[in-house]
Amino acid sequence: MKVLHSWLAEYIVGLDDHPVGSDPVALGDVMSDIGLCCEEVELLGRGLDGIVVAQVLELAPHPGADRIQLVQVDAGDGEPLQICCGAFNMAVGDRVPLATLGTVMPDGMEIARRKLRGEWSNGMLCSARELGLGDDHGGIWILPGDPGVPLGTAIRDALGIEADALYDLDLTPNRPDALSVIGIARDVAAQLGLTFRLPGIELAPALADAASLASISISDPGLCGRFTARVLSDVPSGSSPEWMQRRLALCGMRPISAVVDVSNYVMLEYGQPNHTYDLAKVGGSHLGVRRARSGESIVTLDGQSRGLDSDDGVIVDGNDTPIGLAGVMGGASTEISDTTGDVLVELAWWDPASIGRTSKRHGLRSRPGPVREGVDPEIASAAADRIAQLLCDMGRPCTPVSCAQTATPPPAVSVRVRPSRVNALLGASIATDEMVSILTPLGFECTPDGDDLAVRIPSWRPDSTGEVDVVEEIARHYGYDRLGKTVPASPQAGALTARQADIRALHAYVSSQGAFEATPMPFLAPGDLERCGVRADGVVVANPLVNEESILRTSLLPGLLKAVGHNAAHRSVGVTLYEHGHCFAQALDGGLPQEWEEFAVVLAGRDAVAAVALARGIAESLGVTGRGGALEADRRAPPRSVGRGRRRWCAHRRGRRGRPRCCRGVWGVRASGLRPVSRMPSSDVDLAFVVADEIAVDEVEATIRATAGESLVSVALFDVYRGAGLGDDVRSLAYRLRLQARDRTLTDAEVGAIREQVIAAVASTHAATLRG
Amino acid sequence: MMAAMNSPDASVDVHELLDRVRRLAADGPATIAAAATVDELRRLDGEFLGKTSVMSQAKAAMRFVAPEDRKSVGGLLNEVRTALEAAIGQRQSAFDSDARRERLAAEALDLSEVMDAAPTGHRHLISQTREMLEDAFVGLGFTVAEGPEIETDWYNFEALNMPEGHPARSMWDTLYLEAGEPESVLLRTHTSPVQIRTMLREEPPIYVVAPGRAYRSDTADATHLPVFSQIEGLVIDRGITFADLAGTIETFVKLLYGSERTTRLRPSFFPFTEPSAEFDMSTPSGEWVELGGCGMVHPNVLRAGGLDPEEWSGFAFGFGLERMAMQRHGLDDIRELITNDVRFLAQF
Repeated sequence: MKVLHSWLAEYIVGLDDHPVGSDPVALGDVMSDIGLCCEEVELLGRGLDGIVVAQVLELAPHPGADRIQLVQVDAGDGEPLQICCGAFNMAVGDRVPLATLGTVMPDGMEIARRKLRGEWSNGMLCSARELGLGDDHGGIWILPGDPGVPLGTAIRDALGIEADALYDLDLTPNRPDALSVIGIARDVAAQLGLTFRLPGIELAPALADAASLASISISDPGLCGRFTARVLSDVPSGSSPEWMQRRLALCGMRPISAVVDVSNYVMLEYGQPNHTYDLAKVGGSHLGVRRARSGESIVTLDGQSRGLDSDDGVIVDGNDTPIGLAGVMGGASTEISDTTGDVLVELAWWDPASIGRTSKRHGLRSRPGPVREGVDPEIASAAADRIAQLLCDMGRPCTPVSCAQTATPPPAVSVRVRPSRVNALLGASIATDEMVSILTPLGFECTPDGDDLAVRIPSWRPDSTGEVDVVEEIARHYGYDRLGKTVPASPQAGALTARQADIRALHAYVSSQGAFEATPMPFLAPGDLERCGVRADGVVVANPLVNEESILRTSLLPGLLKAVGHNAAHRSVGVTLYEHGHCFAQALDGGLPQEWEEFAVVLAGRDAVAAVALARGIAESLGVTGRGGALEADRRAPPRSVGRGRRRWCAHRRGRRGRPRCCRGVWGVRASGLRPVSRMPSSDVDLAFVVADEIAVDEVEATIRATAGESLVSVALFDVYRGAGLGDDVRSLAYRLRLQARDRTLTDAEVGAIREQVIAAVASTHAATLRG
Repeated sequence: MMAAMNSPDASVDVHELLDRVRRLAADGPATIAAAATVDELRRLDGEFLGKTSVMSQAKAAMRFVAPEDRKSVGGLLNEVRTALEAAIGQRQSAFDSDARRERLAAEALDLSEVMDAAPTGHRHLISQTREMLEDAFVGLGFTVAEGPEIETDWYNFEALNMPEGHPARSMWDTLYLEAGEPESVLLRTHTSPVQIRTMLREEPPIYVVAPGRAYRSDTADATHLPVFSQIEGLVIDRGITFADLAGTIETFVKLLYGSERTTRLRPSFFPFTEPSAEFDMSTPSGEWVELGGCGMVHPNVLRAGGLDPEEWSGFAFGFGLERMAMQRHGLDDIRELITNDVRFLAQF
């Protein structure tokens, strides 16, 4: 929301005499302090010294340059003055702004007499943007012709520009009242302790009876709480006054015509959206409000034909034909034109929720405005008067005015406020009197009720419905910076859970092993899951921005492989990446989708052996080796490739026959319980078994562990041998078992017995033989 | 000193032996020091101190020395032997250190020729930022709460004081999932649903932070990502005030950025807190940087969490980890954080 200082000053008595109010930069800070976040203060009308009104006398091509023309202007002394100009939009007789020699432009550039390709230029003709007076940079600003203004007049005087400031406010959705000049003025006046006053309006009495000109009916009161209309006869045609155009342009609205400009001006000023109809085009001179019927359609002002459904509110004419999308956009059929004589103005209070749904459905949700956030239901009549007055002020009396109004807006709300509660929540000790003096100028009427206050919520604050809303009002205007800073003492000792600590340890271990943590987005393109060979029941995003991001991952693998591909494409080959994140899959039973955490590492340019070693290291670092965890080496999985199918980037490269190609670990819990370290001597037993290739090492180790019993401290595979002396499709696995008791030295007989049991178990379970 | 010798065995001339010992005492050390090789030293060792040496003979001849002289003669022999042994030891250690020096010279390595570095990986900048914040809050007596990234409309909006059709819902561009009723299941747009989950799971007092990922239907640009990280704080206890909120924010900012920093709160709006505020931190150059949003937990949110707003009050705050990380490291494009390019990742 953009608001002009001069516009605010009309409604805040003494703003420019106030030490803070007269300084736009300081006033911007005040606005931020009360929650009207001021993002920028643009100082206007500064730096216009030396800019005068000049008239184009003659246009001639520059003999040495195609993109420059020679313009002779009269800057007030009757003598032609030559200017070189790069714009071609002016005609002889146009009045244009001229920056005379010595002028310092708003951007700091000083205008000097210069020769351009051999021709003298004695100044510069300016666009509106170069002067900081508008956004137009399409050419030289052709000033509105007013023969009464002598040439050479300072442009500030010619345009009636006073030093002004434009505040750009970033407003929050709870403050629909601040989407209007008067709403901001009311808030600022209260904070500065100045008086706020509404525009004074004096209208000639209506000459005709409302009912004879137009009629209104509301058939859905839930959609439209109040509907006010005025007929303005014989409205002025042509453009609105310069000052109004300027204000509209600065606030971001394009001036169009007198009627439309006044409509927009009052919308900005009162925050009351309104719509103007060419009365002659409204069938039956009647406006009705109802829900649309499915199958109906309407062509809106933007020229689009829109199909309607029964949730849309529409405005219909006397023939029950939709002529407007309620509270969202008007229809093309009744648009104001140059030939419009009588205007029907509609000012309505619409149910914000229905309007929200309609604007969303029709893709018109981009501009939050007072309609959606909630308009002051009491302001319509005053705004209608203001529209009439501004049109009347344009010189042609456009009365009679007629009025119709119906239905009932939401009732006024009264809230019980406990001053003790206010102070308890704020950690403050604000006197009840001070609360009253903060609330009253904001329109919150306070009536003492015992120790409490009965506070009547003003109609323009639909966001306020309870005690805590009033607490916020008090805090906002009391000043957040005046409230204290204390630190509550947590009664608990802060700590990470064991699981959170484990995950930290996992990150620390894996990154210490040379892996980089990647954070790919969890969105995948259709087919990615299938291409990676992971489960394909990914959850589908109903409203993705792009199709490539429409599936949620069921595994971290696709995202990591894409990241490997990105690195390879940038000549970082052989990277090790890891990720810890959530994965998702479709619901099993129609309930919520499944969600779980995964931790994954991809080793590019390394073989699966390295992956398994890392996986074992991870298990070790988590303390789950051989206990409570499982490491599953998939030895038959096909190699998987990445990106453009280049084997080089395989996450799990084809290993030697019989070697695992990919591995997967599942570790749910950290093994708990410390194993005491034995002080007794230990014995090592070395055993080599000849085992068939299809039997996994893990299976053999599991058998050893199961058989050796409690005395087994560790078992390590220290050699794998294939070749001479062994048969085909077998290999020798050499293990070292360390045996140790906690409380005594194991006897040779005990060690021997364990050794025999292990040999027997491995031999019988895996058809293995002891290698002699 | 030298007493009369009593020599019943004519073959042993004690005087002559003692003369030789004295000569050895005079010349021996110099001879030993002049030994050129280890072998020569070993030979001298045998010659001077071995079984057939003068010293051994002299020792054997002690029995011919008159008893009253034995003490002085024995003292002489010990003195000489000690001196000789010391000289040999000294010479031997000189040989040893020469040998060590030669071996070291032969084995010298140019360590600057080592080309391989031990592999070092890196945690992602966002994880580092998250841990730093978690640690700061753990130090203030908070625990770390977590929640799912797929949420229902109830947790993400309704329980947070945004019933169906509430205008504030438009503050978030929500990504909905094809599950259940249309627009009933979504990717959480903020970490705030964890507030509700924590209140429903735990009894107050509650002091938690909840870091995690959140999602918005935003096209990635220099300042936005569709997936980003937030950290949420929630304190619920008896008598918690707005001043407690302001003080907690000031404390953790000082903890993370240094005690010279201050903070300020500016009025703002979030449906789930009231009064609401944005919080800013002062910079060394005297400017204010916006960090995040906060406020007193709205009574409707406490009720949704099963708590009585008359008994309990609390505050909540939240902010984006990406922005904080970018500020710390001077990054100007948030998309760098998701390229997963090791040339970027290796810098943090």
